[in-house]
Amino acid sequence: MPDKAGPFPTTRWSAVEGTRSADPAERERSYAALVAAYWKPVFKHIRLRWGKDFAGAQDLTQEFFLRAMEKDFFAPYDPARARFRTFLRTCLDGFLANEDKAARRLKRGGGVTILPLEFEAVEGEIAAAAVPDPATLDRHFDAEWARSLFELAIAALRRECEANGRLAHLQLFERFDLGDPAGDRPSYAEMGAPLGLTAAQVTGHLALARREFRRLLLETLRSITASDEEFRKEARFLLGTDPP
Amino acid sequence: MRPLDDRQVRHLQDVADLPDLTGTRYEMTGRLARGGMGTVYAVRDTVLGREVALKVLSAPDPEGALAARLAEEARHLARLQHPNIVPVHDAGRLPDGRAFYVMTLVRGERLDAWRAAGRSLSAMLRLFQRVCGAVAFAHARGVIHRDLKPENIMVGPFGEALVMDWGVAKRVQQSERDAEAATLDLSAGEPDGTLPGAIVGTPSYMAPEQARGDTASIGPRTDVYALGAILYFLICGRPPFDGPDPRAILRRVAEQTPPPPRPDGGGRGSRALTSIALKAMARDPAARYASAQEMSDDIERFLDGRPTEAHREGLAERTLRVLEKNRALVMLLAAYLLMRVMVLALAGF
Repeated sequence: MPDKAGPFPTTRWSAVEGTRSADPAERERSYAALVAAYWKPVFKHIRLRWGKDFAGAQDLTQEFFLRAMEKDFFAPYDPARARFRTFLRTCLDGFLANEDKAARRLKRGGGVTILPLEFEAVEGEIAAAAVPDPATLDRHFDAEWARSLFELAIAALRRECEANGRLAHLQLFERFDLGDPAGDRPSYAEMGAPLGLTAAQVTGHLALARREFRRLLLETLRSITASDEEFRKEARFLLGTDPP
Repeated sequence: MRPLDDRQVRHLQDVADLPDLTGTRYEMTGRLARGGMGTVYAVRDTVLGREVALKVLSAPDPEGALAARLAEEARHLARLQHPNIVPVHDAGRLPDGRAFYVMTLVRGERLDAWRAAGRSLSAMLRLFQRVCGAVAFAHARGVIHRDLKPENIMVGPFGEALVMDWGVAKRVQQSERDAEAATLDLSAGEPDGTLPGAIVGTPSYMAPEQARGDTASIGPRTDVYALGAILYFLICGRPPFDGPDPRAILRRVAEQTPPPPRPDGGGRGSRALTSIALKAMARDPAARYASAQEMSDDIERFLDGRPTEAHREGLAERTLRVLEKNRALVMLLAAYLLMRVMVLALAGF
């Protein structure tokens, strides 16, 4: 039987709260979680909203997170006033608008990669995607944030399935749910045949993988929100049940 | 890892929201609607061999408050066995731990879409009376809907009306009901975690006491106000207060008296019917109909061509109403008198 909390993450750990911790290790762990969730939307925002070139956007992304850590950019965040992603984007725009900070970035010797982020891959995503409407660039940041969280949840599901020996579950999930949504999907019997599974077993495996995917997605989200209320609102947006 | 494109993200949103039905008697058919708290799916009950609607919690619920609210909604529905209230068949938790309940799958269209297809006034009023009957029944069992609006009323293929979405309904204390005190039982707190003073409902159909967040004043007459707003919508095709900004609507609901509804086909419409809608929407709850049944009775009087409680008519109006009600007799009398005049005139020659 499922427990009372059901599929919803029970962990209370919040990276947003952790950035204010007096413990340096906790702060480092918290910033790492925030960087993992936000670096792609931040980089794309700098490239598209601010029109910076690849190298400049790369340096500014690095610089933004490093300065956030050094200067406690996120300390004033109040979950009662705004969602964290909105707050972070406002911090980012303020940071980018500040020419003094940009000058200091040059002084520090821009171009040095400090955080291990795969900018080239994201640059490829930008090149492959349609150019967003300038009027909707703020919503674009939100959409990229959601995409980033889905990717983190998929990566977590992979790690978990591999660790627990649930490779068939993972294969079925990848084939059925990560394929081309517009393309023809194989039947459960067709998907199960190469794995030696019946259609009923495929149903069960896929349901379990999806359940875990949902749990990991919400767990990831939970870790980068600061309050239950913010978590609920963001989950509605993430799951497409609410406007941003 | 290959980056996700927009279509994949949308698909994964659906996947993350899908209920886990493994091991249950239900098979997924498709999604019907999404709301802030839950999603409604069409599913097949494999035991009884019929399609039903399954509402499942989709919003995160770290403290179980929303699950409690969904369960409460199911219990409200179970208590309300009435031909115009959607029946509930099952409730519980799915294998994925999410709260759900199963209800009859209603085929049909929402009241706003039904009206848009063009209906006679009498057909709309007869349907509206059935809605009033369902609400009166709920009130008699101590349940206040709190979110009545055309979008929450389904009209079936045979003209049956079903009041839906009891997600924010509240139970009233028995003693208070007896005393018509119109006070809610908030002793256990709001299950959705909102505090007394929080606003629940839909601004355009919301009573002033709801718009003010005055939960202590919410009672059966709050639903009567919403019924008045629905009648207003049926008369003129739009709610009493409308606009793009919900906060502005809330302010107007709290501070203003709605303008008289003008039929969307033109003309002034019936003053008696307009008065019924406006009486139901009186800013002071005490000035409204005491019950949904009283409102329905007044509409019955209107349909019968009798004087209504809501409207005090003048001599000319009363004469016109009597003539209208007895149109056939008046026509017969007029024809007879005309014939007599003609006979007399011919006799004169």
